[in-house]
Amino acid sequence: MEKLKSAMKNVNLPRLIILAFFLLIVALMGVYKLDVLSYLGSVIKYWGMWGILALAMVPSIQCGVGPNFGVSLGIVCGILSGLLAIEFDIAVKVDAILPGFGPWASIIFAIIVGAVIAWFVGVLYGMLLNRVKGDEMTVTTYVGYSAIYLMSIVWFTAPFTSGIIKWALGGKGVRNQINLNTSFGSVLYDAGGFTLFAKEGVTAGIYIPTGLIVFVLLMCFLVFIYMKTKTGKAITAAGSNPQFARASGINVDKMRIRGIALSTALGAIGIIIYAQGYGFIQAYTAPLSMGFQCVAAVLIGGATTRKAKISHVIIGTFLFQGLIIMTPPLSNVMLQGTDISDTMRQIIQNGVILYALTKAKGGVSSEE
Amino acid sequence: MKNKKLLSNVGSILFENKVLILFAVLCIFCISYSEVNVSYVSGELFTRLGRNACLVLSLIIPVLAGLGLNFGIVVGAIASQIAIFWVVHWGFTGITGFMLTALIATPLAIIFGILVGILYNKTKGSEMITGLVLGYFADGLYKLFVLYIIGGVIPFDDPNLLPRGFGLKNAFDLTGSLKYSLDDISLLEVVTVAAVIFVIAQIAIIIYKSVKKQALGLTKRIVGIVIAAVLGGVSFAVTSVVTTLETAIANGTGVPAIVNKLAPVCYKLDNLYGQTRLLLSDAIFLFGVVAAIVFAVKLVQALISKKSFTRPLAGMIAMVLIIVLAMIPAVNAVTASVRIPACTYAMIFVFCAINNWLLSTKLGQDMRTVGQNRAVATSAGINVNRTRIIAVCVSTVLAAWGQLIFLQNLGTFNTIQQQTNVGLYSIAALLVGGASVQKANNKQAVIGVILFHTLFVVAPLAATKLVGDSAISEYIRMFLSYGVIAAALAMHAWKKVKKKFGNDKKAEVK
Amino acid sequence: MDKPYVLSMKGIEKEYYGNKVLKGVDLYIAPGEIHALMGENGAGKSTLMNILFGMPVIHNTGGFKGVIEVNGEQVNIDSPQKAMELGIGMVHQEFMLIPGFTVTENIKVGREITTPTIASSIFGKKLEALDKRSMAADARTALDTIGLDISEDTMVRGLPVGYMQFIEIAREIDKSGMQILIFDEPTAVLTESEADRLLDAMRTIAAKGIAIIFITHRIDEVMNVTDSMTVLRDGTLVERLITKDTTAARIAELMIGRKVEKLVEDTVDNRTLDDNDIILSLRDYYVDMPGEKVHGIDLDVRRGEILGIGGLAGQGKVGIPNGILGLYEAAGEIVFDGEKINPNKLGDALNKGIAFVSEDRRGVGLLLEETIEQNIVFSAMQVKEDFLHKFGPLKIFDAKAAKAFADDMIQKLDIRCTGSSQYVGRLSGGNQQKVCLARALALAPKLLIVSEPTRGIDIGAKKLVLELLVKLNRETGLTIIVVSSELNELRSLSDRIAIVSDGKLTAMLAPDASDAKYGLAMSGSKAGGEE
Repeated sequence: MEKLKSAMKNVNLPRLIILAFFLLIVALMGVYKLDVLSYLGSVIKYWGMWGILALAMVPSIQCGVGPNFGVSLGIVCGILSGLLAIEFDIAVKVDAILPGFGPWASIIFAIIVGAVIAWFVGVLYGMLLNRVKGDEMTVTTYVGYSAIYLMSIVWFTAPFTSGIIKWALGGKGVRNQINLNTSFGSVLYDAGGFTLFAKEGVTAGIYIPTGLIVFVLLMCFLVFIYMKTKTGKAITAAGSNPQFARASGINVDKMRIRGIALSTALGAIGIIIYAQGYGFIQAYTAPLSMGFQCVAAVLIGGATTRKAKISHVIIGTFLFQGLIIMTPPLSNVMLQGTDISDTMRQIIQNGVILYALTKAKGGVSSEE
Repeated sequence: MKNKKLLSNVGSILFENKVLILFAVLCIFCISYSEVNVSYVSGELFTRLGRNACLVLSLIIPVLAGLGLNFGIVVGAIASQIAIFWVVHWGFTGITGFMLTALIATPLAIIFGILVGILYNKTKGSEMITGLVLGYFADGLYKLFVLYIIGGVIPFDDPNLLPRGFGLKNAFDLTGSLKYSLDDISLLEVVTVAAVIFVIAQIAIIIYKSVKKQALGLTKRIVGIVIAAVLGGVSFAVTSVVTTLETAIANGTGVPAIVNKLAPVCYKLDNLYGQTRLLLSDAIFLFGVVAAIVFAVKLVQALISKKSFTRPLAGMIAMVLIIVLAMIPAVNAVTASVRIPACTYAMIFVFCAINNWLLSTKLGQDMRTVGQNRAVATSAGINVNRTRIIAVCVSTVLAAWGQLIFLQNLGTFNTIQQQTNVGLYSIAALLVGGASVQKANNKQAVIGVILFHTLFVVAPLAATKLVGDSAISEYIRMFLSYGVIAAALAMHAWKKVKKKFGNDKKAEVK
Repeated sequence: MDKPYVLSMKGIEKEYYGNKVLKGVDLYIAPGEIHALMGENGAGKSTLMNILFGMPVIHNTGGFKGVIEVNGEQVNIDSPQKAMELGIGMVHQEFMLIPGFTVTENIKVGREITTPTIASSIFGKKLEALDKRSMAADARTALDTIGLDISEDTMVRGLPVGYMQFIEIAREIDKSGMQILIFDEPTAVLTESEADRLLDAMRTIAAKGIAIIFITHRIDEVMNVTDSMTVLRDGTLVERLITKDTTAARIAELMIGRKVEKLVEDTVDNRTLDDNDIILSLRDYYVDMPGEKVHGIDLDVRRGEILGIGGLAGQGKVGIPNGILGLYEAAGEIVFDGEKINPNKLGDALNKGIAFVSEDRRGVGLLLEETIEQNIVFSAMQVKEDFLHKFGPLKIFDAKAAKAFADDMIQKLDIRCTGSSQYVGRLSGGNQQKVCLARALALAPKLLIVSEPTRGIDIGAKKLVLELLVKLNRETGLTIIVVSSELNELRSLSDRIAIVSDGKLTAMLAPDASDAKYGLAMSGSKAGGEE
């Protein structure tokens, strides 16, 4: 009985509802004879694209800052490094020496440079957040938004010379969408990919992007290991009980900075992976709401504003992306050509965050 | 010694108003760099001031009640927009339509406000992020309503508004219905109506007080009634004389001699104050004179009761200075080219008055107490949760009215997205005016709107000149809005940390 | 008993979850009398006052037994509102003032004077206009009554602490029909001259016929100002005394006095303590811990002894270990085993071999959402890098070693649990405390400081924890400092007991010193002697 009660308490209501909703959609898709399998393939693709961005929430929640709405800070760093990889034409140059390795060199360059820049930005960002304890969520949101628009101004005026980045006419500033065909587009998505259950005329089957899945799981595993190290344990303790951590001689502020820096770096890596799946780097305001989507994804997965696990990321991203990918075709057939999905995403995403906020028992009690 | 104190006083005043000064300097820099026409800027500015001030004023009560910056005013804007759909659908126009919209929007806003208030009570301490997310959430529900439910679920048969049978069309045009419904009321009409309302209210108060056997303050009230009656009578007379003459001329009939005699004066007054838009220079002159008279009366009162008279005296001097300043040809050239809607500007005063009046009541005092310290409020027998909900309701209702005033001036709006950034721009403006998460007043709201929107107009121009491409404007504007809020919030939280540290040090010394 | 008492509380009994905290207490006060309510922490003073004030905490836990009479009439006080209506007021220890309000607004908070308006007759009383003039007049009267000479328009922010206390009092006496005023430790935060002025004000108020209940531990002040007093101990009434017929020493004895029941069985003691073998020495030591400030202490701890640190709550005893560990800002010289410790470098004391079990078990001592194993090994992992696999710079948690150690500790300390993977939040208080001790022992310390080891633990577990401490000391020669508010506990296990009052060391006493000596030392009385 006791166990049942505590189990009831632990049930995450939004996750249940969304899981039910997801299953309902899949069932309805079957009823309307839509190609469920091929859409499931898309869900896997988008799961891979979003996975690392959502993973960025884990260290920031664990270190006590809460969901990092300002992951956009990492995202702009990733965009910058991606653009640099194109600007320096790494793919073509490396291809000339080691044929076939160009795209790989390009994406590795982008990931490393992006992560390093983002780490430094994250340290500064963490120092700011240490000064605003208790108000982190509001501050991260607005810092994230400001960063996007500040970088938009930068993109607008940046002196890139590559023809792929520049506007075709006019000459100065970055395009809205930068094609990754000649650099690292789809490099992970295509690596080792294969199609399951394809049947001519019935279904296109599920495409399994092995490279992408392996990379995302590898990043998850690395974060998992990091959280098991001495530092990772200290970060978690600093987040869940700062007083306790101090009593064990841990510098709480330093741990928070590490958590945020890691989160920001993951944001940078995340956007590069996203961009390679999407085929384009989206500059300007496209990443504006990505922070909110990542927060919603981990919350759906079962995280709270104070605790998050890798499993929450994996499950949550799958469910959330599942909804986003599966609703448009379904609403298209059910509601005669209207696409209700964007509105629905907005309601679900923010509804889930609101629910988590009411469960967080306010910032006041977490300060105590 | 005295000089030193004065210096440190000036220093602390400068420091307290650092945000304000920073933005004023930024405005001046942008204006001079972009070499923009000053009358263009002031024209834009005064349009925006009339539009936005009321929305910003709706933020003040929640700040004082300890809820921080109410990002949830988006919900109020939504209430207003929903009301507009039906009023336009029913075909009401002009001021009737305006009043009806306000009437429908108010109960909606109250219901929304209660729900928002309950939510805030569940997330005490993180109201701001809740409000922000709530704004997006409400935005989603509203989209669902506007795009799918209206006409789809709720019957709404209007092919003009719903070309597909369900889902409102993207741009909602108020031309011919609510556009300028408030703006087009002339100052003379405002004065007439206000005088009538004032006289009725004063008489009602006198009756009420004599029934309740309270002190009447009869002389003061009678003086007020007489002044109001004279003002109202004059403005009514002017309008009616002019109308009589116009109809007479149109019909070719004669008019009474007295009308003819009064005609030149009336025409002059009507030309000055009877138009739908007031010339800014005239408005400044009128405002200066009225304020100077008010200050003069206060000065006399202070002298009689032997209280400090520096404030009224300073006010009077300031007003005289303003009048003189407005007469300088260079300034006059600018102000004489700008026209402002009298009634909409009067609404700014009304909103300020609502805020002030509310704060002078027991309820307002309760709100302030709750805002300062919830524990003290509880132990003093104040129902904290209820008071907070009422504060949110007031804010939501004012925001609904504010959005209505905004939209009637704008004339056409984006059905789906118009409300999205209401909270963002209003809060940024309030913060620029020097308000913080815990403190705000009417003055800061109005000054904030002026500075923020000046910058909103000129910063993109300056940036365009710098970059040579006007497409950058939107980014500059949005960066400005978000940046202002991020910086203000960070500065606020930063200050809290510093204060704590200061206390520790003091204790140690002790 | 013919005297017309304004307040009589007869045979008051109160239980919290089966734990009797008041066992038939009487309290009688006449109008205009200043009556002290005395007792140690936990004697039942605050429970008695909570009952008198109708606090919800009383009624949510099953009410109380006994009779309360105000002016000879039996009353049923079921809410603070009711208490206020009966003319009972309270001046709180921590100020319930709003810094951003004026003195008037603070005095009138919640009881503003209003005049009805048209709006209020339509929309309800809440919209009545404030009558600022009458409010100011009332405030002035209240301020004049207690002789506070400041403008009623002043902002409270920036006023000296002493003034704030007076504004609190002004607020209480401004309430109409005030008959009984409770002062809860009002002088704790005041300077000496401010305290004197407060006592004067109390006399003025009493002269107007208001009865005053004065809760304090300062015997000197009690002797100085009160007419009579009630002494409580362990929830029972010890005696009602007339002040002028008694002495400070007698009061002290009554507060402390009890049969020392042995909480710890005697064990074989073959230690030899050397006065010159000092393991820890503090010189001119200050700690800035809110509510537990330390103002300059010199203290030496001998190697191998159990030193008790006692004193009332809020006097600074808890600040001592918290400062050493660097958890709060501290100053002064700390020498540990020949090495200097920098208290403002977090972790310095830990690295040098001092382990600390915090008084705030759930707040500081434990990660409630983590397992027993994680809690036990955490500090050792962070401080000594135990329980880690080391791959070059990478140090990954060694779950196997940690589990083995945790299981060992569970067995040694007899922690009752379902296993090392149980969450600590679900353990009982006593077992949680053992987990804390295990975590400290995992550090293999040279000095163990245990703060409030038995707070919130039932009596059986109490004994186990104390015996464990003695066993550790006797068997391994571990030096232990025990900080506790429970004198009885300290006297049954310590070799010496240091008493701290007002942030200073007032006495170093043997466990068998007289009750009066302990009482006077704890009250910081100038009449107290040192041994």
